[in-house]
Amino acid sequence: MSRIVLNCGYVPLVDCAPLVIAKELGFAEEKGLALNLVRQPSWSALRDMLALGHLDAAQMLAPMPVALSMGLGGLPAAVDTLMVLSVNGTVFGVSNTVAKDLSGVAFGDAQALVSALATRAGRPLRIGVPFHYSMHRLLLSYWSATHPAWQIEEITVPPPRMADAVESGLVDAFWVGEPWGSVAVQQGVGQLMMAGRDVWQFAPEKVLAARHDWIEQNQDAARRLMQAVYQAAAWLDAPKNKPLAVEILARSEHLSVSHDLIDPALTGHLVTRPDSKPKAVERFLQFHKHAASFPWRSQAAWIAHHLGADATGIEKAKACFRSDLYRQNLSEIGVDMPGASEKHEGAMRFETAVASTRGHMILAPDAFFDGRTFDFS
Amino acid sequence: MIQDLRILVVEPDPKRVRDIVDALQDAGWLDVKALAQISALDRTVKAFSPDIVLIDLANPDRDTLEHISFATETSKRAVALFVDQTDESLTQAALNAGVSAYVIDGLKKERIKSVLETAIARFNYMRQMQSELDAAKQALADRKTIDRAKGILMRQRGVSEDDAYNLLRKTAMGQGRKVIDVANALVTAADLLP
Repeated sequence: MSRIVLNCGYVPLVDCAPLVIAKELGFAEEKGLALNLVRQPSWSALRDMLALGHLDAAQMLAPMPVALSMGLGGLPAAVDTLMVLSVNGTVFGVSNTVAKDLSGVAFGDAQALVSALATRAGRPLRIGVPFHYSMHRLLLSYWSATHPAWQIEEITVPPPRMADAVESGLVDAFWVGEPWGSVAVQQGVGQLMMAGRDVWQFAPEKVLAARHDWIEQNQDAARRLMQAVYQAAAWLDAPKNKPLAVEILARSEHLSVSHDLIDPALTGHLVTRPDSKPKAVERFLQFHKHAASFPWRSQAAWIAHHLGADATGIEKAKACFRSDLYRQNLSEIGVDMPGASEKHEGAMRFETAVASTRGHMILAPDAFFDGRTFDFS
Repeated sequence: MIQDLRILVVEPDPKRVRDIVDALQDAGWLDVKALAQISALDRTVKAFSPDIVLIDLANPDRDTLEHISFATETSKRAVALFVDQTDESLTQAALNAGVSAYVIDGLKKERIKSVLETAIARFNYMRQMQSELDAAKQALADRKTIDRAKGILMRQRGVSEDDAYNLLRKTAMGQGRKVIDVANALVTAADLLP
């Protein structure tokens, strides 16, 4: 059987793991795919290469396909989300100077942290984020807006340079994906204050995306890719596979960071300051469990709403999260599907059993730190 | 010839910067600034206000540059990206998309002048097309508003279409406003009522 060659773009971060595992452990090959992973220097470049047809598919920040559907930033292109690649996995940290004013704030207490920072004297806090259309930036805006008087300045910094940006004083704080938060701690320039999940417990972080017309014309390739990535994600989430996953990611040419920097994100044990023991962060980064890879249309709606979309924009955004394709292409390998494709975002404070095609499935909590809920149906 | 352009080069490698700046100046572009450090990018873009920014595709500062472009509402500023690979179709596709110019092999000194001229000409062309398109869309929207305002006047005052338009025009002249502004006010007021 001749294999289908697929060029898939990615940015070297720990959460590109499902793609790396799909390739390195042969899940893609089993599905008849020759998966070429093509490293991209920036999110803008990745977006352009996908839009211009130089990549067939790509790992994207969850807000990117939604932003494109709203005509925001970059090229006019219709890009769809085939599935979610990862949920959560980002960290918020501050420079050592700022940390001195936060001594009473416990790690992960988003409420206390925002109060302490908002009432802190001095010039507006400069906060580094990797990209304007990222979940990092949307969570930062959502979280900081609970104190409307608090002035912050958003600065885009490529993640590999975040630690240097903190050290040089370009930024006072940062919201970044792993391993770059751990790098800042390891270099002794900052400390971690909370994880993204402390603001939203179940935030879609990266997605697998492809152009709308490419999907139409390559339905078979899209199906194989989704199945291979699904299986890789399932493998990754099994606790017994974590040590091997860390090994593979550290050794593969795709990530080029050392193993002690990959371990925290995959195992959910973060070293939050240089002298401290690792802290267990529940559901720090999820690839598979609790229907993590399901592209909820309500997640797209939440993103669109926070990018300023009106009702029409929200509908368009929902349409680009392809839960229809997810159902169609993954049902045939026996994947359990939720009964609905939208949920009341933020409404689950605990693990909750919901109806699914095979009986019931357990969804993880998806509450926001301020208790708000969002119904876009 | 497009002269008097302000060009900002974002490139950390000093040798490449020298090559690019030399080539630009040989080509007659004298208002060139080079920047190696990301930390100064924000300030520089605001202060220098370049017409075109040159950056290598492989440069991770691209995301920062793009964000600054949104923030300073200068998204209509050309960004030319240099790609070190021979692929004309990519350049063409990017140029047709009209957002960024991908300039193939652009960092080769002997080619800079010609590729840059092409990129800038194409950018200006796209920008002009866009502003003509915007103007056409606006004109269409204005006409619809004026038609609605005329309809409102015709119903309310029982006048003919011509008279309705004359009334709009007279009111506009009397108040020193544009016809479209008066029509807008009328339509907005009508929309307020249930």
